[in-house]
Amino acid sequence: MAKQSVMIIGGGLAGMSAAIKLAELECDVSIMSVLPVKRSHSVCAQGGINGVNDLTRQLGDSEWKHFEDTVYGGDFLQNQPPVKELAYWAPRVIDLMDRLGVTFNRTPEGFRDQRRFGGTLYQRTSFAGATTGQQLVYALDEQVRRWEVAGHIHKYEYWDFLGPVLDESGRCRGCVGQDLVTMEIRAFPADALIVASGGCGAVFGRSTNSVACNGAAVSRVYQAGARYGNPEFIQVHPTAIPGADKLRLISESARGEGGRIWVPRKPQDPRDPLEIPENERYYFLEERYPKYGNLVPRDIATREIFKVCIQEGLSVQAGRMCVYLDVTQLPRELLDRKLSGILEIYEKFQGADPRKVPMKIFPAVHYTMGGLWVDFEAKADGGLNIGAPRNQQTNIPGLYAIGECEYQYHGANRLGANSLVACIFSGLMVSPGIVSYVASFSGQKSSELPSGLFDQAVRKHKAYYDSLLTRPQGGPNPYLVHGELGRVMTKAATVVRHNDEMRSAYVKVCELQEQARHCSIADTSAWANQTAPFARALDDMFPVAKAILQGAIARDECRGAHYKPEFAQGELAATEPAQRRREAEGWVDRFEANNRKWLKSTLATCGARGEPSLTYEDVNTGLIPPRPRLYGLAGGDVIEQVYKERQQSRT
Amino acid sequence: MNLPMPTTPRTFTVRVLRQDKPGEDRYWNEFLVEYEPDMNVISALQKIAENPFTAQGKNVAPVVWECNCLEEVCGSCTMVINGRVRQACTALIDRLLTDNPEAIELRPMTKFPVVRDLMVDRSRLFASLEKIKAWVPVDSYYDMGPGPRQSQDQQQQAYEYSKCMSCGCCLEACPQFLKMELLKQPEETQDEFRARLRAAVERSFMGAHAIGQVDLFNINPVGSMNAAERLDAVTAEGGIQVCGNAQNCVKVCPKSIPLTTAIARVGRAATIHSLKKLFDW
Repeated sequence: MAKQSVMIIGGGLAGMSAAIKLAELECDVSIMSVLPVKRSHSVCAQGGINGVNDLTRQLGDSEWKHFEDTVYGGDFLQNQPPVKELAYWAPRVIDLMDRLGVTFNRTPEGFRDQRRFGGTLYQRTSFAGATTGQQLVYALDEQVRRWEVAGHIHKYEYWDFLGPVLDESGRCRGCVGQDLVTMEIRAFPADALIVASGGCGAVFGRSTNSVACNGAAVSRVYQAGARYGNPEFIQVHPTAIPGADKLRLISESARGEGGRIWVPRKPQDPRDPLEIPENERYYFLEERYPKYGNLVPRDIATREIFKVCIQEGLSVQAGRMCVYLDVTQLPRELLDRKLSGILEIYEKFQGADPRKVPMKIFPAVHYTMGGLWVDFEAKADGGLNIGAPRNQQTNIPGLYAIGECEYQYHGANRLGANSLVACIFSGLMVSPGIVSYVASFSGQKSSELPSGLFDQAVRKHKAYYDSLLTRPQGGPNPYLVHGELGRVMTKAATVVRHNDEMRSAYVKVCELQEQARHCSIADTSAWANQTAPFARALDDMFPVAKAILQGAIARDECRGAHYKPEFAQGELAATEPAQRRREAEGWVDRFEANNRKWLKSTLATCGARGEPSLTYEDVNTGLIPPRPRLYGLAGGDVIEQVYKERQQSRT
Repeated sequence: MNLPMPTTPRTFTVRVLRQDKPGEDRYWNEFLVEYEPDMNVISALQKIAENPFTAQGKNVAPVVWECNCLEEVCGSCTMVINGRVRQACTALIDRLLTDNPEAIELRPMTKFPVVRDLMVDRSRLFASLEKIKAWVPVDSYYDMGPGPRQSQDQQQQAYEYSKCMSCGCCLEACPQFLKMELLKQPEETQDEFRARLRAAVERSFMGAHAIGQVDLFNINPVGSMNAAERLDAVTAEGGIQVCGNAQNCVKVCPKSIPLTTAIARVGRAATIHSLKKLFDW
């Protein structure tokens, strides 16, 4: 009997974890990637990977608390069973990566060292310098190579995924791809297809994402009928270095190791920052969030930086928005041993040594919380039924999604160092489910199907590609249209969102989509053509951009990274205790009413021109009841008190 | 440093050595690029793609090149910039123009076959990682607890080698690493090409990056259980004995990996290994 064949789109942490686990389970595995898998965007992850460990456990930590931090950080917009399972697997995921040779930092006694990350009070993050993602990718890349030598994994590098192939019953039977050197287009029959193609930062033009993160693969699956969950949730990371080609991340680990964010109290103080005395510095995160300080979740830190720079006019420099991220007070030895990767990036691109001068940073688009909708099968204990074919499956049978390109683990905001563990976990966890999916299917194997189904799909993609090459010259340039799309999206749909601005952005995006359809392709060569595949990816960015905008316009509330000032619940203004209490009662009333209306996942279905139709699905919050997300906001204690009392009176 | 330019230019010249396909003639294109602060070679190439006209006003295809992370951790964008092999993302325009205000010259690496323009085929580099078995041979991916404990010194030493992003700079700079024109032929399947590639790689010098990886996996407590296999590979044809000790590799490595230290350490281990084999210890 032929072996089960699985095609994986994308060779980052998620795709490679699935590949090695499926190879171990004796599947015939292929990976398709637009670039050598060792160069995937996962290498950009810096700070670390979360998981409870023996040390934090003795300080009161537990898997349950990791789970709780993740859903609280995500503002309760996640179905809880998969998140619970993730938290319980996390320590084992890190153990496995340790065995695979990841060079995790060590304590003097030789244990894995841990640092603290945002949204938690425990030192739960294992790390390899400040290049943890790179180190994890390399360990998996090495294992993939090992299976490749043994003939169990085939890599198709420099291949672009063009779309899934569905049979008459709507079941996924493989995909079509294009060789980006020879430009050959062909079909790949597969019994199951896994999309592990990462986020869609390029929709925002410049971001912390790599060039390959254009969202095209996800868009092609979405356009083929897969649903897209929570598109409006985009994480803007608080600390990045602005650049002409990219906004370069400076990891949260800088703060996890003791880095502090501040601005001079005097606007645009011209003094050398190191000569500004402590009492003339405004450590605004520490003052406003005494409990979590610089390690509040990213959405909160980002909004506070925006507020300080834009509303309060305290940007460090006039004419350029930035605040200080200061590690100069930390010991040189610690910086070199634990953070050198990011400090070198700053030094190489900014020409200043962050060991000696505070870094100037500003928020940047960073992570796609939303993504392809995927299913799960829960067990009675609240976790997942491992091995169930439903786990990580999209609404298209046989089509799975894992890693950043799906929507299920991070809700309205992802906690730092949770992405790496979610990628590897979902890759390992999906594998036995896929094996049982294929085994339980009684129809013909995809490789035994008549070729007509695949030929037809190939013809469709070829015709579209040829139409790109024969477009008349003199039309718009696709790279310029992309730049404009990025500017429109960044302005309207990032940190602070207003419905009127997003509505006009939607109109503009529709216009740009028309322009993109008429872009001229300056390169008509049939060899290693990069312009035509870029123009094709640009076309596919529009359905994603439209889903992000419409999802955000529809959601009239504030949740995690999605913030509309007109729906924001402010701090308590009253100072007199009884009045303050009454105000808090009203706050909690509005919080509860809002949750009844909006504690729901957005589900987008793609229309003919990429316009989304939206429906909503209840969120499974059966394990941890939703509560106000305050992070010890100064003055938030009364709100918490009122909320707790109400919960108790109900039980 | 963000060196103040004597006068900020309005435009600057980028000269690119191009080639449309393997086997075709190479030619130069010159582009005038609009200056902006904080540019690097990547953003200059992006600007060319946005307006693909040469300085002489000829409409040409945008330059083909590889890039991904743009922060020097993925290893994609290696090219020869003003005569020096390096990553294009960290090649800042201000500094290049300070060194040479006339023009910025971009060429593809010379030790790998050109696919098109600045894009070369580095499959050979990955094939040598297969040859030296650059992985930890774990039993399974089931839960077997953590890996062995390691000292901070061991971790630091391994981490240095583990930052190797397979960019190929050390190979470009190495006098003993010679060009091999090996490209997948249209009639060849992926597997046939890989077999041909492996056979060729067996005989040719693996280069410093691979020797660094031999040390990395031989330091690893589990990897060291298979140290002998890696030492066999590194002493076979195309192995460490080909190294002429020019020490160019360590000078061009963008990640400052101590490649010559690796060569010395692996060299010693290889000698002992060969003696052991010779005398059957």
